[in-house]
Amino acid sequence: MIKYTKEESKKKTIITVFIILFIVSFFFSVGNGAVQISPIGIIKSILYEKGTVNYQIIWNVRLPRTIVAALVGICLSLSGAILQGIMRNPLAGPNIIGVSSGGGFFALVILIIFPSYYYLVPIGAFIGALSATLFIYSLAWKEGVLPTRLVLAGVAVSSLFSAGTNALMTFFPDRVHGVLGFMVGGLSAITWKDVRMILPYAILGMILILFLPDKLNILMLGDEVATGLGLRVERTRFVFIIISSLLAGAAVSVVGLLGFVGLIVPHMTRLFIGSDYRYLFLGTIFFGASIVMICDTLSRILFAPMEIPVGIIMSALGAPFFLYLLRKKEAMR
Amino acid sequence: MSMETKSLQVKYGEKLVLKDINFRVSNGEIVTIIGPNGSGKTTLIKSLSRYIKAYSGEIYLDGKDISQIPTKKIAREVAVLPQVKNVSADVTIENLVSYGRYPHLSFGKRINKNDKDIINWAIKKTGLVKLKDRYIATLSGGERQRAWIAMALAQKPKILILDEPTTYLDISYQLEVLELVKELNESLGITVIMVLHDLNQAARYSNNIYVLKNGEICEYGKPSDILQAKLLKDVFRIEAHIYEDEINRCPYFIPHKLSLNSTNNDLNLV
Repeated sequence: MIKYTKEESKKKTIITVFIILFIVSFFFSVGNGAVQISPIGIIKSILYEKGTVNYQIIWNVRLPRTIVAALVGICLSLSGAILQGIMRNPLAGPNIIGVSSGGGFFALVILIIFPSYYYLVPIGAFIGALSATLFIYSLAWKEGVLPTRLVLAGVAVSSLFSAGTNALMTFFPDRVHGVLGFMVGGLSAITWKDVRMILPYAILGMILILFLPDKLNILMLGDEVATGLGLRVERTRFVFIIISSLLAGAAVSVVGLLGFVGLIVPHMTRLFIGSDYRYLFLGTIFFGASIVMICDTLSRILFAPMEIPVGIIMSALGAPFFLYLLRKKEAMR
Repeated sequence: MSMETKSLQVKYGEKLVLKDINFRVSNGEIVTIIGPNGSGKTTLIKSLSRYIKAYSGEIYLDGKDISQIPTKKIAREVAVLPQVKNVSADVTIENLVSYGRYPHLSFGKRINKNDKDIINWAIKKTGLVKLKDRYIATLSGGERQRAWIAMALAQKPKILILDEPTTYLDISYQLEVLELVKELNESLGITVIMVLHDLNQAARYSNNIYVLKNGEICEYGKPSDILQAKLLKDVFRIEAHIYEDEINRCPYFIPHKLSLNSTNNDLNLV
C-alpha cells in the first residue's frame, strides 16, 4: 500500500470539490432559462418523459448548449494548462500560439469576404488556428525551439493577424455587425452538430493529457534537466503544442474567440491545487467545464430575455475573482 | 561504468568551441574538468549529457555509441545536474526526488512501491529526511543542491554528471556538497564527472583532472601533476605557490599575483 501524504489528500479533496462543482453547474445550466426545471425534473424528462415540452427544451436546446459549454471549457483550459507548462510562463495561453488570432482571421475572411460560405466558418477557424501555430513554431525554430523565442514569434504573428483582421473590418464596415458575435465568443444557437464537431478533440485531448502529465512535470524542470532524465524535449514540446492547438482550435471554431478561459482557468486551478500536472490536468478539466457552464447560464438569465455574449460575463466575473485569488495567495506566503 | 569521447567537436554556429576532444573517465573515478571562463568546460559537460549535439566525433558509454542508445535508457545509467535548473514554487523535496524515477517508468505507469522505496532511500542518503515535505523554494542553497542530487540518485545512475555544483554556495555548503559527492562515489561506486571552478577543491576531490583551454584539452593527470606553477601560469594566468595539504593528502596552492606575461616561464615569486 502506498501511503498518501497530507499534500496528496488535500489535492484529492480539491478535485472532489471540483467534481461536485461540475455536477452542480451542469444542473444549474440545464435547469435555468425562460423555463426553470429542477434537477429531478431534468433527470425525469430525459429518462422517461419523452415528448413533453420540458423534454423538448432540454433535449433540443439546453443539453447541447450545456455540453458544448463544458467541452469548450475543457478544451480551452487544458490547452492553456499545457502551454503554461511548456513555456514555463503563467501568462501563456492559447493566444500565444496564434490560435485566437489565426482562427479569428480565417473566420473573418470567410464571414466578410465570402459570407455565402458562412457554414465553412468552423472548419476555417480550425485550419486558421492550426496553421498559425505551425507558422509560429517554424519561425521560432533554430536548432530547436526555446520558450522565449516561441513567445516572441507568437506575439509577432498574432499582431500580424490582428492587423489583417482590423484591415478587413475597416474595408467592410457594413459587415462588421455580423462578425461581432464571433469576435467576443458566444454559445447561442448551439446544436448537437456543434457537439459532434468538438467532442472528438475534447476526448482525444483528455485521453492524451491524462497519460502525459509526467512529461510536463519533467519539462517544467528546464530543458537540460529534462534531457538528463531521458525526455526528448524538442519532440515532446512539439507534440504538446500541436495538442493544445487542436484543443483550442476546436473550441474557437465552435464558439468564437473565448481566449480568456484558456489563460485564466488553468492559472486559477494552479492557485487552488498547485503545479503538479498529475492533479492540475484533472482539476482543470472539471473547473474549466464548470466555469464556462456557469458563465454561459448567467449570460442567458442575467438580462433575460436579452442574452449577452458569454465572453463578456467571463471577463467581468473572472478577472476580479482571479485578482482576488492572486492577492489571497500572496498574503498566505 | 566508463564514458569516453573520440575526436569530439562541437560548433556554435560557425565557431568551433570544442576541438578534437578525447576524454575518458573510468569506472568508479571522480574526474573534474577545469579551465578558465570560455574554455569549453560547460559545453563538454552538455555534450556528455546529450543536451548539445556533437558536430563530429562520438561519445561512448561502456564502449557503446550513445547516439545508438534510446535517451531514456541512457537516463537509467547517467544522471545529470546542469547549472540551469527550474522548479515551481510548490514542489517539495519528495516531489522533486520522485521525478528521478521518470526514466524507469514505462508509458502511462505510475510510481509503485519499489519506486517509493528508492525515493526514500535517495532522500535518506542525502540527509534530507526531516526536510522532505518542504518546498524547494524555501531551502537554503546547500539543501537545495542536495535535493537535486537526491533526484539524480533516484535515477539509480552509474554515472553522475555535475556542472559547477558549488557555484553560488557558501564555503560550508560547498564542502557539504562535495563531501556528499565523494561519499556517493565511495559507498555506491558511482562514477563522477564534474566541472569545478575552485582548483583547490578540484585537486582535493578528484582522481584525475582534465584542463581545458580554448576548446582543447591541454593537460590531463592526477591532481599533483596538474597543480604545477607552470600550468597555473600558462592556463590561468596566475603566479602561485604550491603546498601539500597534510590532512587531506592533496596539493593546494595560494595565488600571489596575476602573471603579466603568460609565455614567460621564469617564476619570480614574491
